[in-house]
Amino acid sequence: MAAERGTAAEALVGQVVLPGDLLLLPAHYDEDAEGERLRLSAGAAPQGRLLCGPGLRRSGAGLLVTKCGLLRHRPGGGGAYWVDSQQKRYVPVKGDHVIGIVTAKAGDVFRLDVGGSEPASLSYLAFEGATKRNRPNVQVGDLIYGQFVVANKDMEPEMVCIDSSGKSSGMGIIGQDGFLFKVSLGLIRKLLAPKCEIIQELSQLYPFELVLGMNGRIWVKAKTVQQTLIIVNILEACEYMTAEQRKQALAKLSGN
Amino acid sequence: GVLERSREQLLRQTCEAVVLGVLHPRTAISLVLQVLSDAGSLLSCCLNAACMALLDAGLPLSALFCGVTCALQPDGTILLDPTARQEQEARAILTFAIASSERKVLMATTKGSCSVEEMQQCLAAAQRAADTIFQFYRDSVRRRYSK
Repeated sequence: MAAERGTAAEALVGQVVLPGDLLLLPAHYDEDAEGERLRLSAGAAPQGRLLCGPGLRRSGAGLLVTKCGLLRHRPGGGGAYWVDSQQKRYVPVKGDHVIGIVTAKAGDVFRLDVGGSEPASLSYLAFEGATKRNRPNVQVGDLIYGQFVVANKDMEPEMVCIDSSGKSSGMGIIGQDGFLFKVSLGLIRKLLAPKCEIIQELSQLYPFELVLGMNGRIWVKAKTVQQTLIIVNILEACEYMTAEQRKQALAKLSGN
Repeated sequence: GVLERSREQLLRQTCEAVVLGVLHPRTAISLVLQVLSDAGSLLSCCLNAACMALLDAGLPLSALFCGVTCALQPDGTILLDPTARQEQEARAILTFAIASSERKVLMATTKGSCSVEEMQQCLAAAQRAADTIFQFYRDSVRRRYSK
């Protein structure tokens, strides 16, 4: 049943997959291959466990696709498959760095809106150098850049503004002024890729400060309000512009 | 009215069968459909639109689904995707929601009277027609991700 319906995973890497598609994994990962545990095969089978990333679920001997998008594969360390999909709605994931907006202070805990289905909680002690006497100065409406330390479907997400060694490493309360806006998650991943051209080209235009949250939120601050708004418009339009259109737009702006 | 409520129930049952709700406990997923123009086969149009909206939003689905409407004319011929005029003249209108995994039937609703054999024939025709709709979904998604 599954064999006639599924296709080999390697054949579909880089192509569009839809929910309901069944991906068959190569035979080396099949552990009960007719009683033979050790197989001498010509191709070197990668050791280690196969990682099943976002958009895929294990089902029987294969992987079931649950989101539409492009199938990606990383061959290192046992291999990993995932679906690269575009969406606007953020689902909290442990370890993600996000920008949250403080909505309430409830005793020792701040409630932050991170764009998910539940507000996240942030303890006042989770800042660098915070003690019971030395509380951080956080008001309702402030922006906080932090990372998730607990984020699963069963519990309310929890954030902290320090990393595992107790240093803030860039996290904490985001300063005054600046502009916060929302884009799709795919654009954020593109901007966070190493050596992103968009950021390099923009930095030649005006100097600016930029904070990217994995929940689709971007905070920008430049010297004047006009420069800030120009950068905001370019980043929002980057989603739909091709590289040439963007270079033309930036050339026109830097000529002014 | 009652007709809209019954359509809502049918859509809801179909969506609940494919959406992987276990990944989002204690969460409400609300789907809003606005009818811009109705030229017949409204329920299957709503089903197709609902599936594309769930795909676009990135909700985890175990399979895709599509809606197909069949009209049984008084002389026994089966018409797929009838217009409003053809729906009025038909003896029975059957709407099926068909899943992409082995073309299983998720929802079936009938208005009018027909025999069991005729219903089986309509179901077979709808399952064949579902292939075209699933190919359309695939082409649309391909276009979107090619940019």
